[in-house]
Order: sequence, then C-alpha cells, then structure tokens
Amino acid sequence: MKINVVFTLFFTLALTHSFGQVKKSTKGTFALTNATIETVTKGTVSGTLIISEGKITALGSNVTIPSGANVIDCKGMFIYPGMIDGGTQLGIVEVSSISLTDDSDELGELTPHMEAITAFNTSATAVSVTRVDGITTTLVVPQGGLFPGTASLVNLVGYTPDQIYAGFKGVVLNFPGAGRRGFWDRRTDEELKKQEEKALKQLNDIWTEALYYVQVTDAAAKDPSIKVASNPEMARIAEVIRGKMTLLIETNKASDIEAAIKWAQDKKVAKVVLTGVAEGWRVADKIAKSGFPVITGPIIALPTRASDYYDKAYANPGIMSKAGVKVAIRTNDQENVRNLPFHAGFAAAYGMSKEDALKSVTIVPAEIFGVADKLGSLEVGKLASIMVTTGDPLEPKTQIKYLFIDGWIVPLDSRHIQLYEEFLNRSPGLKK
Amino acid sequence: MFKILNIFNLLFLVSFAQAQVTKGSLLIKNGTILTVTKGNMENADLLVENGKITKMGKGLVAPAGTQTIDATGKFIMPGIIDAHSHIGIDVVNEASRPSTADVWVGDALDPLDLSVYRALAGGVTSSHAMHGSANAVGGECETIKHRYGTLNPEEMRMEGAPRTIKFALGENPMRVHGEGNRIVPATRMGVEQVFRKGFEDAKAYMAAWDLYEKEKVKNPAALKPVYNKRHETMAEILKGNIIIHCHSYRSDEILMLLNVCKDYQIKRLVFQHTNEGFKVAPELAAYGAMASVFADWWAYKFEVYYSTAYNAAILTKNGVVTSINSDSEEYIRHLYHEAAKTQRYGSLSDEEALALITINPAKQLGIDQRVGSLEIGKDADIAIFDGHPLSIYAVPQYTIVDGVVRFNRSKDAADQRLQASATRAETGFFLHKEQHNHDRCLEGAFENTATFFGLERE
Repeated sequence: MKINVVFTLFFTLALTHSFGQVKKSTKGTFALTNATIETVTKGTVSGTLIISEGKITALGSNVTIPSGANVIDCKGMFIYPGMIDGGTQLGIVEVSSISLTDDSDELGELTPHMEAITAFNTSATAVSVTRVDGITTTLVVPQGGLFPGTASLVNLVGYTPDQIYAGFKGVVLNFPGAGRRGFWDRRTDEELKKQEEKALKQLNDIWTEALYYVQVTDAAAKDPSIKVASNPEMARIAEVIRGKMTLLIETNKASDIEAAIKWAQDKKVAKVVLTGVAEGWRVADKIAKSGFPVITGPIIALPTRASDYYDKAYANPGIMSKAGVKVAIRTNDQENVRNLPFHAGFAAAYGMSKEDALKSVTIVPAEIFGVADKLGSLEVGKLASIMVTTGDPLEPKTQIKYLFIDGWIVPLDSRHIQLYEEFLNRSPGLKK
Repeated sequence: MFKILNIFNLLFLVSFAQAQVTKGSLLIKNGTILTVTKGNMENADLLVENGKITKMGKGLVAPAGTQTIDATGKFIMPGIIDAHSHIGIDVVNEASRPSTADVWVGDALDPLDLSVYRALAGGVTSSHAMHGSANAVGGECETIKHRYGTLNPEEMRMEGAPRTIKFALGENPMRVHGEGNRIVPATRMGVEQVFRKGFEDAKAYMAAWDLYEKEKVKNPAALKPVYNKRHETMAEILKGNIIIHCHSYRSDEILMLLNVCKDYQIKRLVFQHTNEGFKVAPELAAYGAMASVFADWWAYKFEVYYSTAYNAAILTKNGVVTSINSDSEEYIRHLYHEAAKTQRYGSLSDEEALALITINPAKQLGIDQRVGSLEIGKDADIAIFDGHPLSIYAVPQYTIVDGVVRFNRSKDAADQRLQASATRAETGFFLHKEQHNHDRCLEGAFENTATFFGLERE
C-alpha cells in the first residue's frame, strides 16, 4: 500500500511535470480510492473504482486493488461518468466567422452522405478546451440543407476517425419549418409559408425516390443482372428506411414538431430522434405519445416568442420530462460545448429534477444513441469515461481533478489553461 | 443646424432633470444579505425608504402599510449592473463614418423593449446602453435603470450618471470602413490615427474657442468658430468629462489605446470585451484602466481565437478593476452565472466573483457612489435569489429598482409586453441560435442586415 501511495505521488507529478513539454494521454490500470461514486444508474456508492484495459472492472466498498495499479486517492472527491453532448459542431467549426474554417455546412439540400466525422479536426484547440470540463463524448452534427449529412458520436480522445468513433451515426433531417431566425429575418408570413411548402414537397419527393431506390437495390441483391448506378445520397436515406440508421429530425416550432411527428409516423420511420425541439413544452404530451426521444438545446436561450414567459427555454426540458418524454440535452455549440453541464443545471433550476438533469447529459443520450452498454453511467464493464470532481459537476464552482476518456487518462491541459499559467504572473512583468 | 441640435440637447437636459422617477419603500425580512463591499449578514433585514437603503440589521420595523418581502432562506444582493449592453435603445450603430462622436444613443431610448424586463428577471437593475462598434469613435452611450413599466423614455435614464462614449478597435471598424467603404481604417495602424486625428482636431477646436473668448472681450464683433459637435465631444473627453469605453480584443491594440490616452493625459478609460486583457494586465493595472470582459466567449472570430476563460481571474488578481458584461439580450439574463464561471476558471472568491457584476461595473460607469453594493444611503437596487446567486440552481425571485419591485417571479404574468405597435407586434416564432456568434455590436452597420447574417443563402 505504501508503495502505491508513493507511486501515486510520482504519477501525479508525472502527469503535470515529468512528461516535459508535451502532456500525453496514457492507458493503464488505475484504482480511484476513497471516492463518492455517483453511478447515475445505480445510486451512490462509497469506495473504490478500478479501471483496467480501458474499462471499469470493479467498483464498490469492498474492492481488491490489482497489484501494480496506479492508486489515485480521491478522498473528498466524487466520481461521475463523463458527459455526453447530444448535438454540437465541435471539431468541424474552428472560427465561425471565417468560412474556410467551417466544415459544418456543405452546399445543396440533399447531402445525407456527407460524414461529419471526416471533417472532425481531432487536434482542434476547442477539443481539449471542451474535455477538460468533463465532456467526454459529443455528437458531431452537420448543418445547412434539408438533409445536410450524417452525424457521428465521438469520444474526445484520439487522432483518427477510427480512434474517436463512439458507435453511433445518424442521418440529419432539417424538417421544413416556418420559423424566423431572428429579429433581422424580415421574410413575410406568405414567403415563409411558401418556402415551407416547397421544402416539404421536396422532402416527400426525395423520400419517394429513396423508397424506389430501396426496391431497386433489394431486387438487385437477388438478381445480379440488375445494375444500380452509384447513388450515395439515396443509399444513405435507404439505410434509414431499412431501419439500420437513425433519423435525427431537427424541428423547433410547436406546429412543426407536430408535423414532423406525423410525417415520421406516416412514413413509418423505424428509428427517430427529435432534435432542437425548442417549443416542445407547448406539445409535450404529443411528443410523449409518439414515443420519440428528444435531444433539446441550447437551454440557456431566449424564449421563442415575445409573449412567452422569460424562462420558457430554461423550463422546456423539465416540462417535457414531466410529460414522459425521454430528454437529452445538447449545447448546439462549437467552441463552448464546455457549458453543457450549465445547460443541464439551468434545466434543473427551472423545473427538471437534478437527477434527470444529470441523466440528460449522461445515460439518456447514451441510451438514445444505443451505446448505453459502453457509456453514460458507472457500471462494471463500461468504458472508463469518467471525471473525478470536487463536487456536483453542474455547479460552476466545481473543479475537475482527473479525467478518463474511453479508458485513457487525459491530461487536464488546454490552451486556456496554458494561457492562465503563462499570464497569471507574467514574466517579465511590468518592467523588463 | 448645430445650434438647433444644441437647443434640443438643452431641452433634453431640462426634461430629464424633471423626469419623475418612481421610488418605493419596502422592508425585506430575514435573508442573507450579500453586501459585496462589507461582508455578509445572516438572518438580516433591509429597509428601503423612498428609493434608498436606510437600514440593515436584525429586527427592523417599517411604518405600518410598508410592503414587506419575506426573504427567509433567500439571498439578497445588490442589483446586477451590465457595463455593456444594447437593450432599451432604438438604434445601435451610426456606421457612416470612422468617427461619429457627434451622436448619442440616448436620443432614442425605448422603454417598450421587452429585453429590459427579461434582464430584470436575471436580477439586472442597470445597464450601459452602448453605441455599436462599427466606428473607431462611436457615439455617446446612456446608462439606464431598468424601470420597466414606465412609458416615458426619460425615466429610463440613470439621472446624474457620467457621460460615456464608445470607441472600437480591430476587426469591426476595419471591416465596416476599410473593407466595406475603402476608407481608413483598414488596419489597426489606421484605427490609431483616427483617435489621434480626432484629439488633435479637438485641441485645435478648443484653442479656437479659447481665442474667441479672449477676443470677444476686446472685440464684440469677433468671429465665432463654427460649432462642431464631434470636436466638442472629443474635447470633453480631453477635459475628463466623458469616460471612454473601448471595444477591444487584442493586446497590441489595447496597448495602442493606452499609449494614445497617455499622450493626451486621458485617465478615464475602460476596455470592453478585452479578450486579451490578461496579456497586458500589469500595464492596465499600472495605468488604472479598467476591463469589462466576457466570462468565456472565444473563437467566434479570429481576433478572439487566443482567448482564455481565465481572463477575468487573471485581470482581477493583477489588480485591474474588472467586470463581466453581456453584450447580449440573452446573456444579460444570467450575468450571475457568468460571474460564477470565474470560480471554475481561476477560483475567484464569492466576493470577487460578485464584484464583477456589481461594484466593479458601477466603478466603470462612474456610478459606484449610488449603486453596486448594499450600503446605507445607496439606491435601493436589489436582487433577491432563492439560493446563493453563484449556484447554478439559484433563481432570481424579486428585482427591485429604486425600492420598486419591477420583477416578481411568483406574481408576474407570462406576457410582459407593454404594448403592441406596428414595429413591435408579435412577429411569431424566432429561433435564437448562435446569438454570441454575431456581434450585436455590429447591428445596423451593414445596409442589408439580412445579408450580413447570411440569410440571403436561403
């Protein structure tokens, strides 16, 4: 045990200093001892959590520490699962005002085969800025046209698409809607309606074409004499029709949400997730009845209508959750995805239970993305995506002390932290 | 023409001196008082009489009939002050010239702006309604009190607040005038010369008037210099009568304006945004220049790419009077949360974090004798939260301006619009996405705002 303590000291120093100029992520066997373990799914446990070969191998009060494990004493600290942001442009937009650094938005209405993960810059400054705040996994969502592309779930450690891929992809549909986008949007009601109808017709035409594509490719699979020309757009939508891929339907205005639900039901889309859902509170019962899960956000936002009470965006997740909707929370941000816990915190301040708010950024998105066997809670067998904190992770005051993503212990380092270290006591100071 | 303008200004002065400000009396019972400047008081009462704080302590009694608020289990703090916003005004930018020191946003206050109510719902009682950042020298700004409910624009002014003016450095004036109009400034070098020329013109203008005043004694027919409001305003800055609030990001441009101010002996200087203020914190502190910053905004344009969320903490620990501002009708609603982020990024104490949104912005606006802390004799501008305001779970319950409850969470109706009008009718559903990616500061700077926001692509 003494040796372990010494090792821990050495290890802690190694993380911060001995690696020299470059701090790298590493893998190994770890024992996080004396911690309060917030499993999210199985209550609070006091004791030790063991990480081995990238996974949680044991947790509880009566756990044997494997020989050679790096022991990290977490006395007074808390262990939570890493947080999952259900919708971001992190990694695909670097500086939003400079269009050549924005890879989120391809030209055209029908580009479902555009892969967000292809353009994900794993070394983007914002990636480390995000993860040091305990966000370990994000959905990277392309934006723009009617079918802007395919979103991917990624773990924020690794250097190649294979290394970061976290096991979920979904096709994005920006459902035709009639909303204005801000005070500067001066389109008349008629123009809006016309554009909405045009987009809806386009969507239905695309869907009909994709149904034909499914029939033709099904037939071609049985009859080699039938040749099908390459059609990556239709091929991708066909995967949704065949129930192999999830359709992420972005919709925000109440009437649009209802229309989107009806559309998805009419088309018998097998896997549907509603995203955005800013006015979900107006039609919460109808969403609940559909059974479609929701990824909503940003939560820290203005109400969608001048006549609405000021807190409607904050209250939206709680109202939907109470109506029986499965609610995950997203930031829909790029450089400030680190604010995810605060969006969940505002949801809790304005009506959602604290427990549900924490779940909305951990186990619920994991379930929605079909990766709850790997992520979203602290359970034996799951990937070690873990943060060790000084307290409630939704509170701004809380500090994150250790971070594991996908089994790797990740240095708590980012450009924001480096600049702090360099400039807190600048040298030379006022006089050179 | 300028004379007529001057007469109008005079009329304004007279009318706002006369504007009837509604003031209230009330007793807040049994809360935790966070004075910000003089520590905390547990289970304490606070008495307000005719708009001023008159007593703080235990077991206070008020005259019969005084409105009482039970603050048991609640936290009472000074009303939050936003040193940078654009709410409550009709126009943000007069983007027609690199220097528009002759304009004033206070000409067109808008008491109907719903954003003022929404700010109250975040505990904010005063804000600095600023001109935009399209020009190197923008217009004069207005410090307003959030007396939402009044229909009289005059009642929105914080009577007696010092004059302030907006300056702007970097990309915005370079884009609008250099890129847009092909006139200086297209670079940060050009921006510097707009200021230097403006102050040289002002000095010459003052000299001409001084000469005239002397001449007049000897010669009643002496020729009067031509009145010029722009030079006049710049001269008032040189005389120390107007505080400069300068939109800035990079450390080099911050140092540039510091040097300009040194050369013209201008002392009253607040940098706004100041994303790279942390790099020149010792210089700012030594000069006595202040900084008003965002908690964590960065990377939305290139000049904020090398920012850090530890900016406010570094500035504070280096002795710079620092505030956190919103520059947004959305962020102004949760400045208490923005301040709390400095506890994650730099571990500021509760007092230091709360000062960023109360007494420090009050100092930056020159109104700290009146507001920004809970002290006897100060204006009764107060926010009451159901938890500690730096906690994510805290919800503002009451916001009080001059002793009048202007926001009451348990009683207020949902629809708080004061009146519908042709331009302010319910225009339906708005999805407010990425508000911080677009500078509200640049609102109105381009002829076709829809084009600027990329709407033409639809």
